[in-house]
Amino acid sequence: MRRTVRRLLTATLAAGLGGAALMTLANASAGVQRLSAGPGQLSSPQLIAEGRQLYQEGCASCHGLDAGGIPGKAPDLHRAGAGAADFYLSTGRMPLDNPGDQPVRTKPRYSGQRIDALVAYIGSLGGPPIPKVDPSLGNLSQGMQAFTDHCAGCHQVAARGGIVTGAFAPSLVDATPTQVAEAVRVGPYVMPKFNRRLIDDRTLNSIARYVQLTQNPVDEGGWGIGHIGPVPEGMVAWLMGLAAVLLVARLIGERTE
Amino acid sequence: MAAALAGAALAAVAFVVVYIVSADTQLLGLSLGLALGCLAVAAILAGQRLVPQEHVVEERPQFGDVSEQQQLELELVEPASGISRRKMLLGVGSLAGAAVGVAAVVPLASLGPSPGDEIGSSPWRRGLAVVDEQGRQLGPEDVPIGALVTGFPAGADPRELGSPVVLVRLPQNQLQLPTDRADWAPQGIVAYSKICTHAGCAISLYRYPLYRPTSPGPALVCPCHYSTFDPTRAGKRIFGPAGRSLPQLPLAIDQAGKLVAGGPFSGPVGPAWWGVRRT
Repeated sequence: MRRTVRRLLTATLAAGLGGAALMTLANASAGVQRLSAGPGQLSSPQLIAEGRQLYQEGCASCHGLDAGGIPGKAPDLHRAGAGAADFYLSTGRMPLDNPGDQPVRTKPRYSGQRIDALVAYIGSLGGPPIPKVDPSLGNLSQGMQAFTDHCAGCHQVAARGGIVTGAFAPSLVDATPTQVAEAVRVGPYVMPKFNRRLIDDRTLNSIARYVQLTQNPVDEGGWGIGHIGPVPEGMVAWLMGLAAVLLVARLIGERTE
Repeated sequence: MAAALAGAALAAVAFVVVYIVSADTQLLGLSLGLALGCLAVAAILAGQRLVPQEHVVEERPQFGDVSEQQQLELELVEPASGISRRKMLLGVGSLAGAAVGVAAVVPLASLGPSPGDEIGSSPWRRGLAVVDEQGRQLGPEDVPIGALVTGFPAGADPRELGSPVVLVRLPQNQLQLPTDRADWAPQGIVAYSKICTHAGCAISLYRYPLYRPTSPGPALVCPCHYSTFDPTRAGKRIFGPAGRSLPQLPLAIDQAGKLVAGGPFSGPVGPAWWGVRRT
């Protein structure tokens, strides 16, 4: 009787251990927070003037008073374009504390209206506009195909990010369709850039639609385990196998009193 | 227990048969797993049945009693049951051992015949057009700065190891090619084998800085083990486990203004093998 109870306890403990490990992994990528900063396409002279004012307060120390860049510190923003400005500001990548750091996604430093003003000012210096993208016009399977070809090498097919030597590729879990399109056209930090010849606007719509799917994936196969690929899945297999081996060892072994 | 040992032998023989007949990995795994599982069951049973399970408590006053000790030794040496089947068990056991041993040795045949010169060959010849995945000929305008483009030799099997190349365009003033390769990069476009020289994965990661002074420089990166090659310095390895540079394909522009190969690769393509160690 006592032995049966002890066995039961061991089994429960082993199962509980495996279960707890699963839960931890599954929750690892939860807790995302959605941000949205609508890109403003209006650029009245007042807005540009307001943006210029904001630029000189917050950006000029690195990019120079006339946005001409400071060699070795920050690039010239003439012809950088409204798309790049909107990408860097709406994802909170700029302003950067230290010019040598990799810009990473944070809470945007500026409000939506102030971002519009800054984007209008940088846009007035020339360069490509904010790309127009509409995921609802895209084709999901073509999007996945194109994402696999062009993006998954660094960002992983689940769009949860990865690394290249010397830098890391960010997760796209918070990226809006516009930000995805901007990154594709601009090639921020060390990301390659893709012009219309490599990824046309229709394909870009499809890619944005696929990225939206990865943000809310359908887990028909069971637990997503963070959607970061085979490593956590193997980890779970190990933990489950370990629990099974523990059980078998307990069943065939005999305890000496 | 004898049944378990016989099962192990049978499954190991099945492994050898499957290996020779069909080499279906599922069946191979199943039969080998079954053989090892049967051996494990036999070992468990042997532990439980053949080894005496009784607890012997030695009484203190009898410590050193010679006659009792001898009797105990006799009991330990002669198993309580199964002694009549000893020979049979020994026979089946050695059969299982031999069969599993053969099953472990037979797959050595997979090392196969020597590949000969095949691994050093490539379809690229002087004047062969560079095409994309759909077979359209690539021109310099198809390779903008900051983009990674994959090219193939026109008319050749794209899945051959020596076929795919990566094409990138770099600002002319950043290129530091050796002097004998100075004319290999028309308009700053360079081409390297897409097959990593470490383990033969496809190089699909391209690092191209938007602003050079505060970022890592341009690099071709293999996603398998992060071997990193510098496209500005003739594919020199700058990080990772690869042992040598990426082979470079000389490029030229033909009369029609399209990209063609200027000759064969600068070295053997693909992962290193014996004899290929240096650049």
